[in-house]
Amino acid sequence: MPPPVVIERLRYAFPGARGTPPTVALDSLTTRIEPGIVTGLVGPDAAGKTTLLRLMAGLLRPGDGRITVLGHDMATEAAAAHPSIGYMPQRFGLYEDLTVAGNLDLFADLHVMSPALRAARIPRLLQFTGLTPFIGRLAGKLSGGMKQKLGLACALLSRPRLLLLDEPSVGVDPASRRELWAIVTAMLDEGRDDGMAVVWATAYLDEAARCGRVLLLHQGRLLADEPPDTFIAPLAGRVFRLRISGGSRRAAERRIAHNRAVLDAVVEGDALRVVLREGASADALQGETLDPLPPRFEDSFIARLSGKAPASSGPPATVAEAGLSGASDPSPPAPVPSTSMRTPPLPEQAAPPARRGDEGPAIAVNGLVRTFGTFTAVDHISFQVARGEIFGLLGPNGAGKSTTFRMLCGLLRPSGGTARVAGQDLLRAPAAARARIGYMAQRFSLYGELTVLENLRFFARVYGLDRAGQASAIAQALERFDLTPVADTVAGQLPLGVKQRLALSAALLHGPDILFLDEATSGVDPLTRREFWSRIGQLADAGVTILVTTHFMDEAEYCDRLAIVNQGRLAAVGTPAALRARVRRPDLPDPTLEDAFIALVAADTTQERAA
Amino acid sequence: MIATVQRLRGLVRKEIAQILRDPSAILIAFLLPVVLLVVNGFGISFDAYHMRIAAVIEAPDEGVLGMLEALDASPYLDVRPAASMVAAQQALAMGEVRGILVVREDFPQRLRHPASWPATAALWVNATDPNTARILEGYVTGALTVWLQGQGRELRRTPGGGLSLEQRDWFNPELRSADFIVPGVIAMVMTMTGTLLTSLIVAREWERGTMESMLASPATMAELILAKLGCYFVLGMLSMLGSVALAITAFGVPFRGSVGALFVASALFLVFALAFGLFISTVARNQFVASQVAFIATMMPAMMLSGMLFDIAAMPRWLQIVTFAVPARYLVSILQTLFLAGDVWAVILPNLAALAAAAALAMAATLRVTRRRLD
Repeated sequence: MPPPVVIERLRYAFPGARGTPPTVALDSLTTRIEPGIVTGLVGPDAAGKTTLLRLMAGLLRPGDGRITVLGHDMATEAAAAHPSIGYMPQRFGLYEDLTVAGNLDLFADLHVMSPALRAARIPRLLQFTGLTPFIGRLAGKLSGGMKQKLGLACALLSRPRLLLLDEPSVGVDPASRRELWAIVTAMLDEGRDDGMAVVWATAYLDEAARCGRVLLLHQGRLLADEPPDTFIAPLAGRVFRLRISGGSRRAAERRIAHNRAVLDAVVEGDALRVVLREGASADALQGETLDPLPPRFEDSFIARLSGKAPASSGPPATVAEAGLSGASDPSPPAPVPSTSMRTPPLPEQAAPPARRGDEGPAIAVNGLVRTFGTFTAVDHISFQVARGEIFGLLGPNGAGKSTTFRMLCGLLRPSGGTARVAGQDLLRAPAAARARIGYMAQRFSLYGELTVLENLRFFARVYGLDRAGQASAIAQALERFDLTPVADTVAGQLPLGVKQRLALSAALLHGPDILFLDEATSGVDPLTRREFWSRIGQLADAGVTILVTTHFMDEAEYCDRLAIVNQGRLAAVGTPAALRARVRRPDLPDPTLEDAFIALVAADTTQERAA
Repeated sequence: MIATVQRLRGLVRKEIAQILRDPSAILIAFLLPVVLLVVNGFGISFDAYHMRIAAVIEAPDEGVLGMLEALDASPYLDVRPAASMVAAQQALAMGEVRGILVVREDFPQRLRHPASWPATAALWVNATDPNTARILEGYVTGALTVWLQGQGRELRRTPGGGLSLEQRDWFNPELRSADFIVPGVIAMVMTMTGTLLTSLIVAREWERGTMESMLASPATMAELILAKLGCYFVLGMLSMLGSVALAITAFGVPFRGSVGALFVASALFLVFALAFGLFISTVARNQFVASQVAFIATMMPAMMLSGMLFDIAAMPRWLQIVTFAVPARYLVSILQTLFLAGDVWAVILPNLAALAAAAALAMAATLRVTRRRLD
């Protein structure tokens, strides 16, 4: 049986807007999709995953090269392949005005299924996806996880020989992600005799490890095309857990990361995960307590990326150098002096202004409530964030973290409770509180048509800095965030990582005490994420308080403390290590943060039902 | 074939469920026409009733007073005697009256001897709004003519020569502007339901990503378009029928033509409007842009250049040529003929041909841009 999809020297470019050169989304891609396994299409945002899926679905015409699906050349015979393709686009492709049953019926009609076939398949899929009780509910009223499952059921209805899933798990809570995976693998088993193939696009690297084969895309090129085991294999024996003996986690990370033998070091719970360079020996970390760890997909991704061109046009550096240099002094306790060779010292502005009497917590939230009509989005949430702390709100979409966030930014009026931000009462003086806040949104809120410099000038004026203040703030921002080389580039044309740096520098222009990050690094490649978080770590050490929302576990690891948000309430608060410890059992000796999250949310939901 | 029928059934069911659950579709198709008809039928009126004029009479006399009474008896005029010319001019400047009728001292004497000394009266008109000024002139002249004729009959005298002009207003004998505007409004309503609604609905499918999953399904482009246009065609025709019924019952607009011609003309125009809406949304793929384009490209021309409000014959030559590119003009022309005159085929047939051409053109353009591709 020939492979379901054969791709030969595929190239695809989007036409450039208004005279700009075309953007190459995919370049000289040659691969094949094997039947009987889940092929993971892995890569950061803008790597070309969606473009490749659309080409396989016949929605785009190949610019160059050839793509053959189930024996049909998709440039000319896409219609012939469509009956055998199940495609789930990123935004589910569901009709929100139709019920669950209505959506399934529509897809059954489109695939011209007989009543008998429908009667056999629809109830089974409904039961499989757990949607049977919601059959009469409008698709628009389903939760994110349920929508994903319905989208999947619609795509599976015709028993496609090629199932294309575009980031089915993005924004969905980890428990639903695992369920989706279970459904897909079960359907794959059923369709094994037909030679069914599944392509699962994802930005979650941990999902890649579960796939039968992985296509790793980075900037339109295929970085890896092999089973995950072979991909990870070169890293065997190079990954360790390093116990932090004293001092802060971030200081330890910086110290270790600068070691020449170390390729990558990230905080994980109360330890560091350390990856050694090729050929380096663990002896280089003498004096540290090391436990060997099995390598992860991300470790290997980092290793490959480090060998390639840098992810962004920022400092040409290996990961290890992205942190502050502190190697000459092997054990500096926190706070770290803000001097370094490469990263200029934090300017006066970025440090919090004179702490006139407000010695209390940077953020104090007490019994915060927000209702929308009869729906309680935030239900009596209380927590405190200390100065210089990185605090994360972790939860699935719709849990209430964004609502909490907006209230703390002064964008939304609380229905009840109190919130003090930077010593200011949000209810009484939202404007005063806002002046001491920097905000960086997921979409970066930059003006794509303006250059980097123009964006910075605009934000400096918006923050009301005086003329001299504007000039010095912009000069510092350009220097500190390595934006000088791109100062005259239009922001819309910057790579994702540089855009992110620009957005961060803009949010910090007025030297805020508190920085709010809304899903700031979701979807960027791991190298860019490390670089970003090393900057965030420096800010925190300089006394800036950081509040983060995320549904990515990798981002959550960087937080000093986490609050798990579930159905508008706090299910648990604690350090990542403490949260893990709470779910440690004999059969789960080394729980991941995701394990902890799933268990704590489940426990909270049961408790709520009982109450 | 059976496959096509089954897919179409599924798609049509989906469209109906969407229309029923989406309040905006029902509002645009049924409430908006009512609002437009009421606003245009009652609100915008070119008729002027009880226009006030001041009368400055230098020598009150039985004959002159009789003339004023005759003027006042007209439903269009409301005559108020003014104490002096100065007072009358002030009233005109304040907007209390729209015109001043000045009757000189020698008017009664001259009236008795029209052959040797023609009697003259002066009419001063506030011409800020030239249209109303002209209408006032017409009314005053008309009322005076009627009065003079009456006088002549009473005195058993024939006019001393010259022409006697008799005026008949055909098709709209009462000169009611509602009769003229309402057929135009129906054209506007169909533009709204046709272009605006489809462009919004289809752009929404692009925005929500449902179009993407439809394109990746076995449904053909022709099936997708047929189901979509079919449903909104029915909706548009229902909206048209509702508007016509409202025009006839609530506004008392006569309908003198045949229902068949009304259906054919509306159907052709609707096909054009729907296809154009689909074209806009396919190119725009965004609800906001689509609605803006739909408004500027169809609503504005339909209102200004279709002959619905402004007579095309009175426009400058170059603008008249532009109106040929506005399909609403052909529909307005047909509708006004059908409502006010009847089945005048010499007018209806060429306009129908133009509508058919517009519909075919819009369909062709739509099929060209809506390929089964995203690029």
